[in-house]
Parts: sequence; C-alpha cells; structure tokens
Amino acid sequence: MDAFLQYTVQGLAAGGFYALAALGLAVIFGALGVVNFAHGSFYMLGAVASAVLLDVLGIQFWAALVIVPILMFIFGIIIELLLVQWLLKLDILYNFLLTFGLSLVLVDLVKRQYGVSGLPYELPAGLGGLLQIGSVEVPSYQLFVFLFALAVCLVVWFVLSKTRVGMIVRAATEEPERARALGINVSAWVTPVFGFGVALAGLAGVLAAPFRAITATMGTNFIIILFAIVVIGGLGSVLGAVVAGFLVGLVEAYGQGYAGTFSQVLIFVLMAVVIAVRPAGLFGRKEAV
Amino acid sequence: MIEIHGLSANYGEARVLNDVSLEVHQGEVVTLVGRNGAGKTTMLRSIMGLHRDLSGSISFDGKPIEKWSPNARARAGIGWVPDDRGIYASLTVAENLTLPPVVHKDAWSMEQIHATFPRMRERRSSMGTQLSGGEQQMLAIARVLRMGSRLLLLDEPSEGLAPVIVQRIGEIIREIKAQGVAVLLVEQNVKFASTVADRHYLLSQGRVVEQLSNDDFKAREVELLEHLGM
Ligand SMILES: Nc1ncnc2c1ncn2[C@@H]1O[C@H](COP(=O)(O)OP(=O)(O)OP(=O)(O)O)[C@@H](O)[C@H]1O
Ligand SMILES: [Mg+2]
Repeated sequence: MDAFLQYTVQGLAAGGFYALAALGLAVIFGALGVVNFAHGSFYMLGAVASAVLLDVLGIQFWAALVIVPILMFIFGIIIELLLVQWLLKLDILYNFLLTFGLSLVLVDLVKRQYGVSGLPYELPAGLGGLLQIGSVEVPSYQLFVFLFALAVCLVVWFVLSKTRVGMIVRAATEEPERARALGINVSAWVTPVFGFGVALAGLAGVLAAPFRAITATMGTNFIIILFAIVVIGGLGSVLGAVVAGFLVGLVEAYGQGYAGTFSQVLIFVLMAVVIAVRPAGLFGRKEAV
Repeated sequence: MIEIHGLSANYGEARVLNDVSLEVHQGEVVTLVGRNGAGKTTMLRSIMGLHRDLSGSISFDGKPIEKWSPNARARAGIGWVPDDRGIYASLTVAENLTLPPVVHKDAWSMEQIHATFPRMRERRSSMGTQLSGGEQQMLAIARVLRMGSRLLLLDEPSEGLAPVIVQRIGEIIREIKAQGVAVLLVEQNVKFASTVADRHYLLSQGRVVEQLSNDDFKAREVELLEHLGM
C-alpha cells in the first residue's frame, strides 16, 4: 500500500509534464493543423536551458520556471515565422519532414555543444526533501510538479473556455476560413498560439530537469510517449491531452513499480485498448479520426 | 454599395463564373437565382474573398477590394451567412454572436438582437449546434447584424426550413432593408424571393442570363420555376 502511494505520486508527477507537453501539442495541432514532431526536442531544450541557466548564470529553478517558458515562447514565434507558417499551405508530408528534421537539427546542436552525458541539475531549495503523508514519505518535488502542472492546465483550460482569446482560438481551430470571413485575423493568432504550445513543452522540460537525465536525446523517447498520449486522449482534444497525460504517467509509474521493464509496453497496450474501444480516443470527436 | 464587373472564377480547369457583373445598392434586396451548380455560392465566396482563383473587379463603398483578405472585407462591412449557416459547435450561442468584432456604429445592440431573436437569449448558454436548423439560421443572421455589416450575403437562408420560419426570415430581411442595409440573397425558392426582393439576377452556368425587376419576376414565375427545374 505504501509503495502504491509512492508510485501514484511518482506517476502524477511524470503525468504532470506529459500533460503540459501534450497540451502544447494539442493546441498547436488545433490552431495550425500541424503535427509537431519537434515537440520532444522543445521539451529537451526547456530542460537543457534550465541546466545552462543554472550553470552559467546561476539562475535557480524558481526563476527558470518563468524565464525558460518565455524564452521558448520567443523561440517558438521565430520558428513559426521562419519555418512553420510555410507548412500551412503545403501537403501534410512536409509537416512531418520539417518538424522531424528540425528536431534532428536541435538534438545534434545540443549534442555538439554539451555532449551526450547528462547535464547536472540540483533540486530547488525547499523542494529537496520528503513529505510525510500518513505513514508514507513521498518526495515533495514530485508532489509539487503534480500540483503545479495541474494548476497550469486549469489556467489554460480557463483561458480557452472563458475568455475572448480562447473563443477566437476555438473558432479558428474548428473552422479557420469562417472565422476569417467573420472579421477575425486568424493568421495573426496562429503565431502566438504556436509559441504558446512551444512554451508549454519548454515548461515541461524545466519541471523534468531536476529528476530526469538532461541529455540531447531526452526528447526522443518522450515524443513517442506524447503521441501515444495524444492518440489515447483524442487528436486535437485539449481535455483529452491532459487527462491522458496524467493517465499515462500513472500507468508508466505502476509499470515501473510492478512490471519492471514492461512499463513502456503497458502504455502502448493502453493505447491499443483505447483505439479498439474508441477509435477517436477518449475525448476525440469523430471527425478527428 | 457593391459593384462587380466582369467577374470570372475557376475551380482548377473548370470555369464556374463567366464574366458576371452585378450591383447592389444601399437598402436594396437583390437575389441571385439559379439551378444547383449555377455558381451562386461561388459568387458569394468570391465577394467574401474566400475564393481566390478569379479575375474581374469588385468594389465596395467605392473601393476596389479584390486584393483584400476575407477579414478585411468583413471589417469593411460585408457579412456572410453561409449555406451551412456556419455556426460553431465549440462556441455557445452567446459566443457565436459575439465572436465577430463590431465594425460599424449602426451595429445592432445585444438588446435589439434579443428583441428580434428572443430564442438567442433563451438558448444563450447552449452550444451553437444544439440549436435547431431554423434557430441556427437566425443565429447566423443575428451574428452579422450584431457585427454591423452593411451588406449581407445570404446563401439560401430558406433551405430546409418550415414555412413559418421562412416567413419570419422574410420579415427580418424586410426589417434589415428598412434600416438601409443591402442584401444579396441567393435563393432557389422563387416564391420566397419574390416576397422580399427588389430585383433579381438569373444565373445560369456561371453567367447572368437575365436581370429582372420584382414585378417581371412575379409575372414570369411559372417560366422561372421551369428554368430552375422545379
Ligand atoms: N471545391 C470545389 N471544387 C471543384 N468544383 C467545385 C467546388 N465547389 C463547387 N464546384 C463546382 O462549381 C460549380 C458551382 O458551384 P456552386 O456551389 O457555386 O453552385 P451553387 O449555385 O451554389 O449550387 P447549389 O444550389 O447546389 O448550392 C458547380 O459545378 C460545382 O460542382
Ligand atoms: Mg450553393
């Protein structure tokens, strides 16, 4: 029972950055129709940036939590204006080629600069300890990651469902042409939305930095799991991305705890079951298939 | 209000509109009547800037707008009510109404909208596509009125609706007209068209084959019905 609780907290923490990154992926897909294969490398850049900021400038975790997403937002805007915007008029194949190629470039650039061994990162002050819950002790950092990620997801949900910006993003996601004909400058919204999705991936990277190995290739496995999450949650569904993100985090943690090397396999078993029962994913609309 | 000269539009190799000229003045209701596939929807999409493979000139309020983006045209005062009504499923009724920016000082206030379309208040929290077909049509019209469009492009608003609702749409069109708004109405329902319009353009295979006053139109109703294959 104690072990179970520990795995649960561990799973919710991992689920936290899965959910954030998957949310970014879903928002980008929704607003641009672009499947972003570079999302894993944006996550990696977020983690690497936190490590470099700490190492070179002495910028601590708390500050990185704010600074890195902002930097990644700007980076995302540049990538959108320079590269991604040209995809919107092209065949879907180019979407894969560009974003996948971009991720290879980013990974190799980081490898060249920082090598392949992991960069060190210290747990932030105040979050290094253990927290007593009943009879078990859980790492306070894991609990923090879970709560923080959940809070960010709730804020994003609020913005999407209750504000004018969210309304425009939803309209542009559902039918961009019609939104244009109603006086909405959809192209002007697309760039910041992409930047925002990239910032969410970067934020996931910051949260992962203290307890995952920070390497150039850390996003490679991550992106595969992200796509499993998106399929489970339903392509283009924001709620689905978040719920499936936490679900997969839990499955992975229980898998690691009880099934050892099979933990990754379990994620794909879950995916297969979901596809068999609900082909559009847990929260996907039929058209999304 | 809007003047179109020598407009031709293609879908790839196929020419769908051929040298079409037409105009609609302020406070005027003009219909575009023609069979299925005559090019009526393409005409409205071209005016809106959504169909780009075309040549010819379009001027709105005296300004050439051929090169303008759809959102610039909407902001200039052209309001599109598409044939599928274009209601967003992921937006509530109230959000569907307030999505477009208000672009003109004579735009309808929310009170005016609710007075003319009481259902929009009652159903304001429902998702857009939970409304019935007739209510969605009303919402689509209300949406461009709230925006303050000066020229409405209505694509077969009566299609598939019960007679009492069609009649209500007719009343609303007359009310809009009385306020000086121009309406370009695409219709296949000749009876309905003759109750609301001042003039009619007959479109056949992408060409305007005839221009009629409403009196001539009524007088030749039987012949026109035949032409439309009804
Ligand atoms: N996306 C498209 N690609 C190719 N051809 C098209 C496309 N849309 C319409 N067409 C063709 O263009 C012609 C005109 O179509 P349009 O929709 O403008 O006609 P319409 O008068 O609105 O017809 P309806 O009464 O059925 O709505 C038709 O022959 C149609 O087949
Ligand atoms: Mg049509």
